[in-house]
Amino acid sequence: MNISQKTEEVLEKLYIEIIEQKRKGLSYDELKIKQDGAEHGELIKKNLALDKNGIIKLTKEGEVEARDVVRRHRLAERLLTDVFDLKGVCVHDSACEFEHILHRGIDEQICRLLGHPTTCPHGTKIPEGKCCKEKGIKDTRVIAPLSLVKPGEKGKISYIQAEEKNKLQTIMAMGILPGMEITLLQNFPSYLFKVGNSQFAVDENIAKDVFIRITK
Amino acid sequence: MEVKKIIIAGNPNVGKSVIFNALTGSYATVSNYPGTTVEVFRGNAKIGGAEYEVIDTPGMYSFVPVTDEERVSRNIIFSETPYVLIHVLDAKNIERMLPFTLQLIEADLPVILVLNIMDEAERLGIKIDTKILEAELGVPVLTAIGTMGQGLSNLKDKIANYKKGESKRDIVKYDSRMEEFLIKSGFGRINSLLLLQEDTEVAERLLKENKTAAKNAEKEIEVLKKKYSKPLGYLIAMERQSRASAIIDIARVSKGKQMGSFAEWLSRLTMSTFWGFLILAFVLYFGLYLFVGKLGAGVVVDFINTTVFDKWIIPPVTNFIEHAIPWGPGQDLFVHEYGIVTLGLRYAFAIILPIVVTFFFVFAIIEDTGYLPRLAMLIDRVFKKMGLSGRAVIPMVLGLGCGTMATMVTRTLATKRERLIATLLLALAIPCSAQLGVIMAMLSGLPVILGIWLVVINVVFITAGFLAAKILPGEAPVFFMEVPPLRLPKLSNLFVKTYTRMEWYIKEVIPVFLIVSVAMVAAYHTHLLALLIKIAKYPLGFMGLPESTATIFIMGFFRRDYGAAGLFDMQKSGLLTNNQILVSIVVMTLFLPCIAQLIMMIKERKFGTAMALTGVVTVVSISAGFVINQLLILFKITL
Repeated sequence: MNISQKTEEVLEKLYIEIIEQKRKGLSYDELKIKQDGAEHGELIKKNLALDKNGIIKLTKEGEVEARDVVRRHRLAERLLTDVFDLKGVCVHDSACEFEHILHRGIDEQICRLLGHPTTCPHGTKIPEGKCCKEKGIKDTRVIAPLSLVKPGEKGKISYIQAEEKNKLQTIMAMGILPGMEITLLQNFPSYLFKVGNSQFAVDENIAKDVFIRITK
Repeated sequence: MEVKKIIIAGNPNVGKSVIFNALTGSYATVSNYPGTTVEVFRGNAKIGGAEYEVIDTPGMYSFVPVTDEERVSRNIIFSETPYVLIHVLDAKNIERMLPFTLQLIEADLPVILVLNIMDEAERLGIKIDTKILEAELGVPVLTAIGTMGQGLSNLKDKIANYKKGESKRDIVKYDSRMEEFLIKSGFGRINSLLLLQEDTEVAERLLKENKTAAKNAEKEIEVLKKKYSKPLGYLIAMERQSRASAIIDIARVSKGKQMGSFAEWLSRLTMSTFWGFLILAFVLYFGLYLFVGKLGAGVVVDFINTTVFDKWIIPPVTNFIEHAIPWGPGQDLFVHEYGIVTLGLRYAFAIILPIVVTFFFVFAIIEDTGYLPRLAMLIDRVFKKMGLSGRAVIPMVLGLGCGTMATMVTRTLATKRERLIATLLLALAIPCSAQLGVIMAMLSGLPVILGIWLVVINVVFITAGFLAAKILPGEAPVFFMEVPPLRLPKLSNLFVKTYTRMEWYIKEVIPVFLIVSVAMVAAYHTHLLALLIKIAKYPLGFMGLPESTATIFIMGFFRRDYGAAGLFDMQKSGLLTNNQILVSIVVMTLFLPCIAQLIMMIKERKFGTAMALTGVVTVVSISAGFVINQLLILFKITL
């Protein structure tokens, strides 16, 4: 479906507020759109949203579409921070532009390239794509979690994704920090890797949270 | 005047205990795996004419503790106000370990930095200019090879002449908004940093000291957290690491290079799925079965028991006592069935000690090579099914030596749930070396029974772990472990360690065997024993065991290995059928741990939990005996 850039941004906002923040719906003012504006028309006409007494809600189709927009935005953020090394506000703005260019198909390729990340650089969840379900070690990729790296591959730690405080603390305390050189030695029965002159054994639970930028 | 204190701290497995031993002349256990030291050791040292108290602490990765023993170390550092704090690190991993030095400097502690294991670093071609490092850090720095005693006199000089330099507590600069908080909070730099890292222990302490300020700080941190997209702890760690890397870049003369070596090749072999398990089987067969089982429990026990005691010691002692003490019960206290010499001393020194010592020796080799973390890595997947991480391999293997020591070592496990499951399994299905040795001696000619026993114990171990993991609430464990290089054990350390553990064992066992003998004699003469035997008759009957095993199970309550030794005695006298041997050794293996282990369980897990675990263990062991007996009867099997 071809949707205008402005409308996509409205969809994105609806998704964050309704699906993620669990709100009932949003008013026109909150969405910064007008009742007779083009975005409103597009939303209603393409059956993406419903207008109930001035409160906008997503339809089933709208939710699917909005989820996709959010996914593309957050993937774009990952791409810009992890591969192009951009930082701060610049990332958000560029990502907003970027998300519209990433049409279906391309977003899957970028997702593969980035090792199917599950959170954006700010820590919010990236909605899962079809490709994430069939992820594998054979994908061509630039960045990948340790659990998807081949034994013998080397790289630099790009970021650590752990959400639980204790797990993050555990990983950091071992001195496993972004920027460190890392080599995966083995991936079975446990993951064995080398950082500096030390070797560590970890389980999948930790390996899937350490993302590395593969160099060889 | 109070004695000055020296605290030794640092990452796990960097050689803190070696340096502690060298300074104090005492012996804290030294091995090649992270987490050897689980409690604080204190000793005295005389350096440059002055007396010092030296404190060895369990290894810690950072100031924010993950496990219990790290918490212990931090509390020591915070509460003991040391004259000098020796930070020991592994020179080849200086870049990874220097952030901890920076934390100590931020806490304004009187640090002396020791770059230890310099030999391994030099082999890799790593060279570090300690003068530059001293200038950058503002603390004394020296290199050492602890195991060879190198650098120790230099360390003593630095201690004797220590003068605290100007504080460099702001050695790491953080983001301006965080710096603002560190200055404004009024709790000092290190406390404020720990607050930013969401350390609940420090937060609670500060709340007690100054409620309003702590509440204010809490609010400010909430605001601060929203300004960053990443957890503050993560940003602080990154900042510290980049400062450490920058310092190393200046101080490092040569970065060294990666080299393959025989040890590295062998190391990878021990961790590959196929070869790894083959090597494990090899270790079990040669180490446990041949060395401990055949040599220790067979040849040595045979000699000391039947020759030394039965021929040389017991006849003359019995003769002497019977003449010296005319009173029957008085004689019984020393000789005859339950006497101190004939039962207590003989069980302790003739049957159990040789087995324990051979086991401790084999175990020392396993510890010092660095095999245990490799085993942990190999077995993590299996242990996960039982709610444990691979890390729990260390207390489990240690439990094959002594369950009491092992129960204490469960401290190194990260969650309460893991510690509980490990404690249960240690009490239930891990026989200690003394017990194991006696059992192997009993079963050496009975391979079928040995096989059945092995299967039963393993089934109980796995089922109990699996059920515990299902029933107990809590998160699944996370496995992470540093794998140290494989190292050639030092013979002197093997002997000293085995000797120290033997000494510890004898100290623990002597009062117990005195008590057991006295209690048994007293119970015998007051007819209490007869009463207990009458009561025990019924459960024993269910299990198809003769009445005479009752005394053995009563002794088994004091020490499992005494019970096992009693069974060994009965079998030698031909008092048990093979069916009864199977049932009794299964029950004895699963039965209550010895009193020492029970006390340790109460100490580590609290009274109620320890009692609940004891109840479970008792019920499971008796039920197992009952079921096996019924099955044997049902299928009319005579082994």
